[in-house]
Amino acid sequence: MSILAELQRRFGDAVVETHDHRGDPTAVVARDALLAVLAHCRDDAALAFDVLMDLTAVDYLKFPGREDGPRFEVVYHLYSLAHNHRLRLKVRIDEDDPNVPSAVALWPIANWLEREVWDMFGVRFEGHPDLRRLLMYEEFVGHPLRKDYPINRRQPLIGPAS
Amino acid sequence: MAATTRREFMLGEGSGTGSGPQNLHVGVGPAHPAMHGIIRIKAELDGEVIVGADVEIGYLHRAFEKDCEVGGYNNAIPFTDRLNYVSPLINNFGYASAVEKLLGIDVTERCKYIGASAMELGAFTVFLYMIKAREFLWELVEDVTGARLTISYGRVGGVKADLPAGFAEKTLRAFKQTREVLDEVHRLLTGNRIFLDRMVGIGVLSRDETVGYAITGPLLRAVGVSYDVRRAQPYYVYDRLEFEIPTQQDGDNYARYLVRMAEMEQSMRITEQALATIPGGPINVDFAGRPIDPSAYIDQGKQGKTEGLLLVPITLSPNLEGQQRAAHRRVNVADKRVVLPPKETAYGSIEGLMNHFMLIMEGYGIQPPPGEAYFPVEGANGELGFYVVSDGSDRPYRVRCRPPCLPPMAALHRMITGEMVADMIPTFGSVNMIGGELDR
Repeated sequence: MSILAELQRRFGDAVVETHDHRGDPTAVVARDALLAVLAHCRDDAALAFDVLMDLTAVDYLKFPGREDGPRFEVVYHLYSLAHNHRLRLKVRIDEDDPNVPSAVALWPIANWLEREVWDMFGVRFEGHPDLRRLLMYEEFVGHPLRKDYPINRRQPLIGPAS
Repeated sequence: MAATTRREFMLGEGSGTGSGPQNLHVGVGPAHPAMHGIIRIKAELDGEVIVGADVEIGYLHRAFEKDCEVGGYNNAIPFTDRLNYVSPLINNFGYASAVEKLLGIDVTERCKYIGASAMELGAFTVFLYMIKAREFLWELVEDVTGARLTISYGRVGGVKADLPAGFAEKTLRAFKQTREVLDEVHRLLTGNRIFLDRMVGIGVLSRDETVGYAITGPLLRAVGVSYDVRRAQPYYVYDRLEFEIPTQQDGDNYARYLVRMAEMEQSMRITEQALATIPGGPINVDFAGRPIDPSAYIDQGKQGKTEGLLLVPITLSPNLEGQQRAAHRRVNVADKRVVLPPKETAYGSIEGLMNHFMLIMEGYGIQPPPGEAYFPVEGANGELGFYVVSDGSDRPYRVRCRPPCLPPMAALHRMITGEMVADMIPTFGSVNMIGGELDR
């Protein structure tokens, strides 16, 4: 059975949408079920996604046709060393409640990747032990990869707020 | 009030009144002569032993992903050069492959072979001592791309230019010299007591932790997992080439050193095979006439002497070697919506000129259908992945680079905690951190 069909069978309505564009199996899951799906993907013997290859986000603020929908998508790329297959999981979140449960307990690498997503997109991860900025400095204002952050905006490079 | 003791004077107020030893906090970096990247390690020391470390990155952040969103798809190619500045070819092809996957096109056979051999040339991110060997390979890279560092050789749908004449012989000569240097390094280092003291059993990371931290590449193979994207999910022509995946079991600095040394030999093997089997042969000019000067060519067109003109070859500047019409056809996809026409066509015919402008003008250019694609390639330090989202316009909506260096840096505190201060630098060196892709 394909990975997507298996996820749909097991999690039912929690799997909001699936597609297979260009051969990348992708599933959009509900936020409440995210940790359960991730844990299942990691621990189930038939899936065995033991590597969290990548965790990032996309800001859909200016995407044609999606301006009014949920603004952010947090994207998880999973890989299984045992079965040599991949899966992309996505969770959609609104701008006024940008919170996602943290996956640090499942994969230690999620610590830094979630810090980067918080830094760049302003998405918070509940349960993260140490949600600091990763690439920018603490005094930086805003989240640079959001679509409404102008590319030419300059900020003073360093110095605590006086 | 009691006078301050000498200890309190030296350690500052509130340091306790003889309440036992205190740990020392030392900041290493961001600019430290022994580090080959801008990174800061805030170490907590108990004597000479590191008991805790916080790694701080971001000093080289220059908004690569944001910059990609403001130009056309090919505009991001020069930015990818700067991601991993010791193997820019791999980044070029990794990004271009992700966009090609998004477009649903397949590059030409010859281009696949060029891609495979060029990527292997880029895989020599060797240690500082072997700068000499790197020099041989940089010369090859310079021959192919015209630059040593800022190469911008890959293109969506093909490459900038075909391989120069005599490239295979030059490569084999350079490999001969490189093998001599590798042998020299083996004799100098592999059994060297001073080297072993800082390598064997130092910076150990267990298999579970390596996988949990999503570490790929030589560091993963140093704990016995033979994962290599070239073998697991072959791209280009890697499924037709023979090579081995060297592994070690110990997961310490020495194991990483051995794996990296063995991988260089494998890279040379791959390139040799690719160059031996590359299809294409010599470039055949499809018109037997003498090449004419571009200005004369344009004049003829203006005067209406267009009969047979498209078949006349033009004398191109030597800088455009490998970009002639026949070479162009071999290495680029035959898709007008993706690849710029050869220069003869762009300068010599109205169709070519229009095609050229349609791809260069803002609002036109390469327009993949809306969707998303993730394409992994084996970089010198592990899996290099590009995740590209398209909204159907001529600019990428989002480009995400999965940097192979970030996971090992996230785990660096686990490698150095419990080791001596002096072990910090060789451990950091064995990771081969590249600031450009770590901070993007």
